[in-house]
Amino acid sequence: MFDIEKIRAEFPILSQQIHGRPLAYLDNAATTQKPQSVIDAVRRYYEEDNANVHRGVHALSERATAAYEGARKTVGGFFNTRSVREVVFTRGTTEAINLVASSWGRANIKAGDEILITHMEHHSNIVPWQMLCEQTGAILKVVPINQAGELLMDEFDALLTERTKLVGVVHMSNALGTVNPVADIVRRAHAAGAKVLIDGAQAAAHLPVDVQALDCDFYVTSAHKMYGPTGIGVLIGRESLLREMPPYQGGGDMIRMVTFEKTEYNDLPYKFEAGTPHIAGAIGFGKALEFIRGIGFDAIEKREKELLAYATAKAADFDGLTPIGTAEDKACVLSFVLKGIHPHDLGTILDREGVAIRAGHHCAMPVMQFYKVPATARASFSVYNSEAEVDALFAALTRAQEIFG
Amino acid sequence: MFDLRDLYQQVIVDHNKRPRNFGKLTEFNHDADGYNPLCGDKLHIYLQVSDAGVIENVSFEGEGCAISVASASLMTDALKGKTMQQCEEMFGQFQHMATSDLAEAPDEEVLGKLTVLAGVREFPSRIKCATLCWHTLHAALKDSAEPAKTE
Ligand SMILES: Cc1ncc(COP(=O)(O)O)c(C=O)c1O
Repeated sequence: MFDIEKIRAEFPILSQQIHGRPLAYLDNAATTQKPQSVIDAVRRYYEEDNANVHRGVHALSERATAAYEGARKTVGGFFNTRSVREVVFTRGTTEAINLVASSWGRANIKAGDEILITHMEHHSNIVPWQMLCEQTGAILKVVPINQAGELLMDEFDALLTERTKLVGVVHMSNALGTVNPVADIVRRAHAAGAKVLIDGAQAAAHLPVDVQALDCDFYVTSAHKMYGPTGIGVLIGRESLLREMPPYQGGGDMIRMVTFEKTEYNDLPYKFEAGTPHIAGAIGFGKALEFIRGIGFDAIEKREKELLAYATAKAADFDGLTPIGTAEDKACVLSFVLKGIHPHDLGTILDREGVAIRAGHHCAMPVMQFYKVPATARASFSVYNSEAEVDALFAALTRAQEIFG
Repeated sequence: MFDLRDLYQQVIVDHNKRPRNFGKLTEFNHDADGYNPLCGDKLHIYLQVSDAGVIENVSFEGEGCAISVASASLMTDALKGKTMQQCEEMFGQFQHMATSDLAEAPDEEVLGKLTVLAGVREFPSRIKCATLCWHTLHAALKDSAEPAKTE
């Protein structure tokens, strides 16, 4: 049974007041809050087990290593990787994409090749590919979207050619909420001989992801959008690809043997984890995934759909509100503009009413350009949000209209 | 408690709705772009300055939040007929007002109507919205080719 009060009680931060009002945290697409179990796991690690990993023979180092590698197993299990060798810890989604663009890209991309992304990508799935194209002479192509914020799949097919070496696509858009048909995209891309990277920064907390079923080549995400700590995320890569890729950064941990003449690189996944990793972060990440599994995606999806439907219905009745992003398949995001009030002003006014939303371009400026708006206001939901918080959002919007009278 | 009305005073709401001196001047001898990368606000300021260094006419174009539009609107109203030196003094006083302690009263004598923007100091994330137009003015007076930035 889904018990929202019980879930909310697990998040200590939620029970506070902001400017004298109960906090309604509706900025989950930026980052989610952390349950007590994650906070405790990070604290316990520093209080009881802290040591460097993979290099000490003493008890603490062995415990730290076991906890860190245990987290890797949890992540692998959560995304159903073939083995833990496919689980590379990174600082987050951004670093994971840069790793692929830099390591896989430089080894596999040459002048005239094409990288195909979509119009709804986050800057972190645009800029690394632009940089790669600049360095190699490859060409960046963009799949257009329609007014609802859905990919034009016919255009995708037309843009996908034998020159396409990689398709980079966001699983769920942070600016629009659109959930893209990634399994279908992978199938079509593979048929054309292209590899696929899926940006799961938004999706992974809201939808079950099975990388083997998806058959994608790279899947990347950030722990902090999944109830885990900041500063940690993951690149899940197909082992056969990771094995052939050159290292990303050089340093400790990623080597087996160093002489001044030659260095032998370590096995997967360590080849891509140079330097002391974010051990506490990885442990917290593992705990966060256990938290999600404890609720289960059936319950999460059902609940979040309910909440989005509730908010969407209210939005439809709200005078002067234009939703941005109305895809058939969408999740957890209500992006909108309000007539006569700039999103930035909404952000400030809502904050004073205790309602935290994001106002801006959401690191997706091309999406703003498509809709010809400078910015949008975005409420984004999570498993702990309530109908009362959605009500608070709309009450605060009414207050904003009064002020701007 | 601090009220939203202290930030969104009626004057500000009005200037946002009906910005004064909005549009491109037919005759101008200085202009510059201003950009706030944080929120994407964009401004362009046009100035007609006499040989004696007096601002004869000034206007702005662009899009932004109520604070940045109202601030630009109020600024352009206040600048007309002022010397460059007076502009500098106003800029200094305005910046001081936007970042000073709440207890400190703004300099009404220099700032006049612009004191309605004093409320921003209670909203640290919004101070740059109010000062963008002033940075842009500065760039225009110097004929800077680089857009003025608040960051
Ligand atoms: C869709 C999407 N991709 C990538 C990112 C970047 O994630 P991070 O900043 O954690 O690296 C985000 C975060 O806002 C996102 O929403």
